[in-house]
Amino acid sequence: MYGGGYIFDEPNGKQLREEQLHDDPEKLAAFEDRIARGEKIEPGDWMPAEYRRQLIRLIEQHAHSEIIGALPEGTWITRAPGFKRKLALIAKVQDEIGHGQLLYNAAETLGKSREAMINDLLSGKSKYSNVFNYPAKTWADVTVIGFLIDAAAIVNQVANAKGSYGPYCRALERICYEESFHLKQGHDAFIELATGTPEQKAMLQDALNRWWQPIMHFFGPPDKTSQHSEKLMQWKVKMASNDEMRNQFLDSYVPKIWELGLTLPDPLLRKNTATGRWEYSDPDWNEFFRVINGGGPCNAERLQVRKWAEEEGRWVRKALMNPAERRSLPVA
Amino acid sequence: MSSNAALTDLIIKMADDELVQGHRNSEWTGLGPVMEEDIAFSSMAQDKIGHAWALYRILHENLGGEDPDRFAFMRPEKAFKCSHLVEMPNSGYDFSLMRHFLFDHAETVRYESMRESSFEPFQQLSKKFRGELKYHTLHADAFLIQLCNAGEEGYARMQTALYETIALAAGIFEPSAAYEETLIADKVYPGEKELYSRWLDQIYPVLVKAALNLPDMNTITPVYGGRQGFHTSYLVPLLKEMGEVFNLDTEASW
Repeated sequence: MYGGGYIFDEPNGKQLREEQLHDDPEKLAAFEDRIARGEKIEPGDWMPAEYRRQLIRLIEQHAHSEIIGALPEGTWITRAPGFKRKLALIAKVQDEIGHGQLLYNAAETLGKSREAMINDLLSGKSKYSNVFNYPAKTWADVTVIGFLIDAAAIVNQVANAKGSYGPYCRALERICYEESFHLKQGHDAFIELATGTPEQKAMLQDALNRWWQPIMHFFGPPDKTSQHSEKLMQWKVKMASNDEMRNQFLDSYVPKIWELGLTLPDPLLRKNTATGRWEYSDPDWNEFFRVINGGGPCNAERLQVRKWAEEEGRWVRKALMNPAERRSLPVA
Repeated sequence: MSSNAALTDLIIKMADDELVQGHRNSEWTGLGPVMEEDIAFSSMAQDKIGHAWALYRILHENLGGEDPDRFAFMRPEKAFKCSHLVEMPNSGYDFSLMRHFLFDHAETVRYESMRESSFEPFQQLSKKFRGELKYHTLHADAFLIQLCNAGEEGYARMQTALYETIALAAGIFEPSAAYEETLIADKVYPGEKELYSRWLDQIYPVLVKAALNLPDMNTITPVYGGRQGFHTSYLVPLLKEMGEVFNLDTEASW
């Protein structure tokens, strides 16, 4: 986990439009050729303004998702049952914060500072993955997040790791490597409940029922309603369509869930053997946009916690960065 | 060789300190003043909780104690032997950092003193934890010195934190009325009084570098009681939280 998933439109609904592209046509053509050849774009290279803007937004929101995503699971660290689960969960959440750090660094190579990004998160200007605006009510929620939301994020991140921007791809490669361990831990904890006592199974089924819609929302609105991604796909900023990723996720994980004797709260969910694609009830997209725009059960709480941490830690950051006091050892 | 009862008593004290301090460290995950500190405290939490687990396993495997999970997650407050220092809530980063500094130096002298312990499992732990503790104290020392030297606010906060924690930290070294002498005579470890003095020798130069004022330790009354099962009001809620899921069904596998 955690990032990736659906990357939101800007609050004002502005999207990539032809008239916004005023880049030098020769340079643009050379840039697009490089991408078409599979070359990576590096920080000092020429890039269209819109490419830079979209990447900053993408990477920044991914970074925010990592640090906000640490909160719902983080609250279960102190309650994790037994040493094995406790140590695994701390290690995992720690990794997520580390991913945030890597991603902020990657975004900084494009010219926006970590402080500016965090300020935009706290002011609500910059978004994060919607899925973290839901509460983790029981231990079973932690296992559902650890297994299925991590799995969904991996689908997204593996795709993005093949994108065009070098620093982001390299950060994602390392992130995906760590995520594969998280997925194993999540899967293990999930199976423990699925094969446990009747109470444990019921707890898991309840969590699965509650999380299914946010998971279906995770990859974003259906392709038929989102028409903005053509240029982003050509520039290899966006690597797969929302529906493609959702289908890939369902294909890998629904059979695993069903095998364990669990059910999913969608009577229409099935694989169409003729098309090879999954069919499902359209999740409530009004709810999705309501939550993105601040109306979810935990939006306010998540930002409040981050604001508390920022406020409480201000004196430490000030002391660490006090330039008047910066000193270095004499060269021997 | 010391009796099982004497060794068990010592191990429970050490392990409970590690578990509860690890729990407190883990509460910083996601909330640190900078991301790097989130990561540092999470990492130390894993080490502390890992140490506790290793010690409970020694109890279980060498001294006929209970299964580590059951022992850690099901014991009543009275059966815990942690010091009051680790029970205190995290409060701010200043308090947490100072506690981390004092606690990790105490740990370092303790495990260092067990390198040649007559109780063989302690020798192994001493070797194993050494590398980890080196980084914990390095982290504490570096941050303490930096925060104290970077201006008035940091300095004032850290000095206040030292005044708040010093008597609690001295309480780590509460001697055991029943077993202290045997454990020393049998060369299990050099005893609490000796460790206390080594600890002061270790923290003093760092406090000098940070220009902090260490109070005259003869005027300080160490906060004792934790080792005998008398605790602050903070321990019960902590234990309840820690065992919340495990105690839903203690026979189930989680």
